[in-house]
Amino acid sequence: MSGDGELGYSKNEIMIAASARTLAGERICFVGVGLPNIVCNLAQRTVAPDLQLVYEAGVFGARPARLPLSIGDPSLVTGSTAVTSMFELFAFYLQAGLIDAAFLGGAQIDRFGNLNTTVIGEYRSPKVRLPGSGGACEIAIHARKVLVIMRQAQRSFVERLHFRTSPGHSGDPEHDRARGWFGSGPTSVVTDLGTYGFDEATGEMTLLTLHPGVTLDEVRANMGWEPKLAEDLGETPPPTDEELRLIREELDPEGIYTR
Amino acid sequence: MSKVATMRDAVAELVRDGDTVAIEGFTHLICFAAGHEIIRQRKRDLTLCRLTPDVIYDQMIGAGVARKLVFSWLGNPGVGSLHAVRRRIEHADPEPLEIEEYSHFGMVCRYVAGAANLPFFPIRSYYESDIPRVNPNIKPMRSPYGDGTEVYVVPPLRPDVTIVHAQRATAEGDTQIWGLMGCQKEAAFAADRVIVVCEEIVDEAVVRRDPNRTVLPGVVVDAVVPEPFGCHPSYAQGYYDRDNAFYLEWENVSRDPEALEAWLKEWVYELESHAEYVEKMGAERWERLKPGVATSGEVNYGDYS
Repeated sequence: MSGDGELGYSKNEIMIAASARTLAGERICFVGVGLPNIVCNLAQRTVAPDLQLVYEAGVFGARPARLPLSIGDPSLVTGSTAVTSMFELFAFYLQAGLIDAAFLGGAQIDRFGNLNTTVIGEYRSPKVRLPGSGGACEIAIHARKVLVIMRQAQRSFVERLHFRTSPGHSGDPEHDRARGWFGSGPTSVVTDLGTYGFDEATGEMTLLTLHPGVTLDEVRANMGWEPKLAEDLGETPPPTDEELRLIREELDPEGIYTR
Repeated sequence: MSKVATMRDAVAELVRDGDTVAIEGFTHLICFAAGHEIIRQRKRDLTLCRLTPDVIYDQMIGAGVARKLVFSWLGNPGVGSLHAVRRRIEHADPEPLEIEEYSHFGMVCRYVAGAANLPFFPIRSYYESDIPRVNPNIKPMRSPYGDGTEVYVVPPLRPDVTIVHAQRATAEGDTQIWGLMGCQKEAAFAADRVIVVCEEIVDEAVVRRDPNRTVLPGVVVDAVVPEPFGCHPSYAQGYYDRDNAFYLEWENVSRDPEALEAWLKEWVYELESHAEYVEKMGAERWERLKPGVATSGEVNYGDYS
């Protein structure tokens, strides 16, 4: 659990900082609880000052005065721009294309960014019953950018999903363009080991940067397929002092999500 | 006509074995007091509906009131799993639980279809997802207007009884909510019978001074149950905070069937009413959960007399 190794920041902290930078210039973001919540609040204080936080519970323009434990915390309501019914939120905001960016995660992801949040094992006789879609299936389809934040491991970065809850890229970009969705598969994946984009020609997850101190062998040991590498594979810039200060002093002073 | 009833009478009269029951509320205004009374009266074979089954359905399903669950996200929000529900799904322990699952948008639109007396509701979701494969009630459809749009349709959900918790209601059932609205309005209009549970009963004049805040008129409400702190450990905006510590502690209770049984015994079966639960929880807890004050500005509806 200890935060500061020799690098001076934790794995969660570099995940948060790297994710927040992917929101640069974005306006309207669908937020989840946990890490995405901190990521969005950090982005709002750094690279995306105009960011409006939208919660599926039915809140547009939230300004939470504390770090919400749940996605329906009362602090999301007080001081927000609008409280809506869930029908309005999903129909008029999400389905109609107002959402620029959204965060998703899952128990499993494949090389095309398809996500499983439903079940490990067979659906009818599950080994582990997971929460299910929630809003993820429609968020994956309608948000213009889908950003994934999740820890990397053999059991979560898999060759074949046990269940496809939320669609990603199909592997055929022609097909993906013809879908007519506002989104069409995740645009970035940030893990505790590195950052990924998706190849325009194949829709395949592509390693863009390794976090400082992480080796390619570590990445390979923590995924179920041979990763495609960017030609100019680089290093993730470490969190800045200001990013760390915001995370530690303002966003998660108790270190619940960040250590 | 006053519809004020005790929780015991309202549940005894309006919730019947085998019913389809919705206790809605997205994180906010989840009526635990009604769930506890259903457990206490040992109702059986219910089909429980909720977007997010939450700890209340873990308690009810753990207590054996349900044979089926209709939902879109199964978990203890921000904490982890609902272990009593998982035991039944993963191991049929102590008995199987039938499930029928959608996405949030799909569930919301099922209530909308039910409330609006429609045979189905079209949404743009489920494309290239495995969800329709395991739930044949989600069906693909092409727009009849010839533009080639593919949608999925979901069937109406019409609960036998919907239970809504609100900050305030009149004795006749005119109901006002503020804060997260979830889909209580849709679930109530979709239902055959409606129980409104409220933090306080107010005069009709209070409602009439601020009609934009009304979600249900009394005409669709069958019983009104005043039950302060009836949402705990969920919350009522402006009245008491979400008891996050309770949700965190539930993880340990829920994991262990014996601990769950002991919890139900101590906090449900051995108590006569929610008022006893409130007293047993202790004044200190309610003090801790009391929020500060943030009132809205006033609006002028205008006097046209």
